Amino acid sequence: MKTNDVILQTVTKVTLFIIILFSIHLFFAGHYYPGGGFIGGLMTSGAIVLLLLAFDIKTVKSILPIDYIKLTAIGLLFAIGTGAGALLFDMPFLTHAYTYVNMPLLGKTSLHTAVLFDTGVYLVVIGVTMTIIQTIGESE
Amino acid sequence: MTDLEIAKFFAGIFILLGAFLSLVTAFGLIRLPDVYTRNHAASKSATLGVMFVLLGTFIYFYFVENHFNSRLLLGIAFILLTSPVAGHLIGRAAYNSGVKPTDLTVQDDLATAKKTLAAMDQQK
Repeated sequence: MKTNDVILQTVTKVTLFIIILFSIHLFFAGHYYPGGGFIGGLMTSGAIVLLLLAFDIKTVKSILPIDYIKLTAIGLLFAIGTGAGALLFDMPFLTHAYTYVNMPLLGKTSLHTAVLFDTGVYLVVIGVTMTIIQTIGESE
Repeated sequence: MTDLEIAKFFAGIFILLGAFLSLVTAFGLIRLPDVYTRNHAASKSATLGVMFVLLGTFIYFYFVENHFNSRLLLGIAFILLTSPVAGHLIGRAAYNSGVKPTDLTVQDDLATAKKTLAAMDQQK
């Protein structure tokens, strides 16, 4: 008998957005509060794992057509790129810079190149976790 | 009483109530006879207990420390959404893997529904 997953799928559709919003919040709050790229990436991949649990692997691939190995590579490029960017300004590798900018909506915001490095960490964590889980899930 | 004391009073009441409900959950898990009644105890009273504790914490930080913590409110909404569904899934998994309810059970509608469905399949 085919099982009926309506309750799980409906709740997944609602909670998915809360989880992804919270992971983005963790990612951007990382400089001043607990959080950061690692835990934000883990929580985003947790949201995708919830999708995988509620639906099957083909549906999730059609919802999110992402090659996670390429995502990992892009993340590593981000991390190395921000580190190597410091060399262009005659500074040691991985030197970070920041400035305060008056943004139109957000007001006075500090823009820091460490965020770009953190984006790299975020993408690598999502890519690696999802690669591990999907390769285990696909093997018979 | 000042406003601060009233807020502290309500925060304490909510946290104590939540702790009491969590204790009720623990007693229910120990004393109830089978997986379905235990699931009932765990998914209902624990949900409300944790929600009360979070609400008490939110009230404390909002009125005493002047800090609006939206993560606590999100947590309350999240637990309200997810923990009954988790209970439902655990109960369904137990039923589908053939766990029998306690002998005190008088009615099992799902079993009769499954029987009629199987009979309808055979008639086709």
